[in-house]
Amino acid sequence: MTKIFRICFLCAVLLVSNARPAPAADGDLLIKNGTILTVTKGVVPKGDILVLGGIIRQIGPNLAPPAGVKVIDAAGRFVIPGLIDSHTHIAIAGTNEGSEAITPEADVGAVVNADDTAILTALSGGVTMAHTMHGSANPIGGPNVVLKMKWGRPSEELLVPEALRTLKFALGENVKQSSRVVQAGGPPPRYPQTRMGTNAIIRREMLKAKAYLAEWDRYAKLKASKTPPANLLPPRKDLRMEVLSDLLRGKMVARVHDYQATEALEFIEIAKEFGFKVQCLEHAWEAYKIADELAAAKIGISVFADSWAYKMEAAEGIAYTAGYCAKRGVLVSINSDSSERIRRLYNDAAKSMKYGGLTETEALSLVTINPAIQLGVEKIVGSLEVGKQGDIAIFNEHPMSAYTRCDMTIIEGEVYFDRAQYLKDREEAEKKAPPAPAKKDGGRS
Amino acid sequence: MIRRIGLWALITGLAAGLFSAQAKPAKVIAIKNAWIIPVVGDDIDGGTILIRDGKIEALGKDVAVPAGTEVVDARGLRAYPGMIDGYSFLGLQEITGVNETVDNRETGRINPQVRALEALRYDSMHIPISRSNGITAALVAPTGGLISGQSALIKLDGWTERQMAIQVSAAMQIEFPPIRGGRGGFGGGGGMRGGAQTADATRLITELRELFAKARAYEKRKAYAAKTPSAAPPDFDETSEFLSPVLKGELPVMISVHADRDIRAAIQFIKDENLKAIFYGAEQGWKVAEDIKKANIPVILSDLYAMPPVWEDGYDQLFRNPVILNKAGVKIAFASSSASVAKDLPYHAAKAAAFGLDKKEALKAVTITPAEIFGVDKIMGSLEKGKAANIVLADGDILEQRTNIRKVYIDGRETDLSNRYTELLEKFKKK
Repeated sequence: MTKIFRICFLCAVLLVSNARPAPAADGDLLIKNGTILTVTKGVVPKGDILVLGGIIRQIGPNLAPPAGVKVIDAAGRFVIPGLIDSHTHIAIAGTNEGSEAITPEADVGAVVNADDTAILTALSGGVTMAHTMHGSANPIGGPNVVLKMKWGRPSEELLVPEALRTLKFALGENVKQSSRVVQAGGPPPRYPQTRMGTNAIIRREMLKAKAYLAEWDRYAKLKASKTPPANLLPPRKDLRMEVLSDLLRGKMVARVHDYQATEALEFIEIAKEFGFKVQCLEHAWEAYKIADELAAAKIGISVFADSWAYKMEAAEGIAYTAGYCAKRGVLVSINSDSSERIRRLYNDAAKSMKYGGLTETEALSLVTINPAIQLGVEKIVGSLEVGKQGDIAIFNEHPMSAYTRCDMTIIEGEVYFDRAQYLKDREEAEKKAPPAPAKKDGGRS
Repeated sequence: MIRRIGLWALITGLAAGLFSAQAKPAKVIAIKNAWIIPVVGDDIDGGTILIRDGKIEALGKDVAVPAGTEVVDARGLRAYPGMIDGYSFLGLQEITGVNETVDNRETGRINPQVRALEALRYDSMHIPISRSNGITAALVAPTGGLISGQSALIKLDGWTERQMAIQVSAAMQIEFPPIRGGRGGFGGGGGMRGGAQTADATRLITELRELFAKARAYEKRKAYAAKTPSAAPPDFDETSEFLSPVLKGELPVMISVHADRDIRAAIQFIKDENLKAIFYGAEQGWKVAEDIKKANIPVILSDLYAMPPVWEDGYDQLFRNPVILNKAGVKIAFASSSASVAKDLPYHAAKAAAFGLDKKEALKAVTITPAEIFGVDKIMGSLEKGKAANIVLADGDILEQRTNIRKVYIDGRETDLSNRYTELLEKFKKK
């Protein structure tokens, strides 16, 4: 009983101590004697990584620590790139603007919430970066945002300016509102209610955007001409069309929530028709049926390891999808789409070894370099290489083992999660806990 | 409606034929050169398991193999007992979002009369997937309300639900009303699941006690009437009828309970009602581990793929819970709490091992311990002479994601490891 009371107290203390890590400003550290899984440059069986000013400066054996640089002993442990989750909805206030079918102006980047404890959860599983997306309620949702899991830092410091600008599209059951029950006297069904309508409404918006662009081009040309017409007025600004124009101009790429093979292929047809880039299909549970088509079109997929059969369109989502598609030449990442699952991305990646026969490195790529490429940040993160940012996770056993555990998560040379420190804080708090009150009758209510 | 029926026909059509031929003539099989991990007893490196009539006739280094025996060379493989899923929805849920395919939750609060086995979709597409990951038996549980119904213990092979039944009725499932509600994860977005969410927990617990009291009185009156010609039997009462085996101690109750205070209240309830009990869930069991141990109640842990019940418990609390319970001497078993990812059972055990549970204890908690908890340890749960030949041959540690399962025997029959995954994959590989 005493123990219970003490634990309750220590938990309260822990929450406080966990709340805000003191951010050291320099981003310098040396990780010694770990097994380094660089992902892109092989395995260093026993090596060191020197990070200075947040950037990896050196990788190799027996590096001497420059004066004043913090040293982390990783002997017997595995040092890997910080994991990247290609599809989440964490750290934002609001996910879906579901009132209308077309909402490209509803920007997720405007509602970043740095206080979401999912960031801490992500860190506890070695995740350093996440693609936080608009929900899947609308055929055209809104712009997404790429965030670093800098727990304790203000929202604007979480943003990754180097990342591709991505726009969320969604197809299938969610946008056609399959599970919605229309009630008498309630609002009428929202258009679209079919996959036909979904494609039609996307095409309609693209045609509008094309016309909008043309109108602005016409205006720009006239304005630039030697004799602009008198009273030349600019076209009316439309915030929805502005975003779609960026997509058509190649300043943004599409990330498309889909499940069925047909809707995926038909969306790709639309993209061809209007000349915009589909960077990645989300969930894409039937991607294994069209792996060759996706590989040829250079379209990646961001999928679950094995979360399936939760709705009709997920009934043929097989756990071989990631491994099989990767082997057929598709750029594959494994995502969590969850503020819980995000802490076991490495477990999910490992499943592609059993289901699909990937090697350890290939499996680890699904949650490191592959999502980095999908997000356009492969030059700065996603592997352990000199010149890249010091986003690093340390695991006690090989990250593809089911017995592994994340011990430390580092972003740009700063420690954001440290299990040893967590355990120490817990022990300290336990010591400080006040004595329990006298025990009462065994909990009878 | 026709559309839905069409969909369903599609699902069942594809899932058909994915399970093994049962009732082939019994034969003698020798698995040779395996690294045998019997779970009970020491490992045997390079041993032989002799199977006859579905049972393990002998195992060890020097087992004589009779002439005419089918020999399986398991060099480089490990032999484990088949794993047992302590709590699942296998056969009761197909596509969770399609109501037509979901049968685990009856309407109403008091349903001791419903039996999971009677709804078991024996050709569920999820069963062969679990089996091909080394799981050979599972508890299949109804949920919801206060008394959810009777769970069944099944083996993951058979042509009908009755062939699959190990125990038609394994336990009476009760969802203990949570006293503590509202805060953080308790029933909300966090790790706590199940339970009749209500502010009226006390009233519901009283109702539960009244149901048991009423059932006892009903039993007494029935017994009295049986030997007293002048006395009328009580009017038929369905709830009392089906609670009868529980009162007699013939059927255990499995109580879903989550928070520390509720666990203590449930212990008191079990004591007062003198029930044979198993806990399911017990996410905050670590806070009352000594009480659970003292009451001698085994725990089927809910799946570890959830957030801690409350943030204050620490990020790793669900992973640590099994470690603390095990240290306190509480019997623990892992569970998938799922149908579609019931195959992940071994990984829950491994996750607890990553956070401090001894690896051997983790293995026990998916094999012999659940067998003990369900009272079937005399016939399964380990590789021992006389037990059912539920054997898994794997190319590595059975709790590892990287490990491939090569063969699965249930009652001495080699089962079919193809499944919905492999069937669809093979189909589209041919494209």
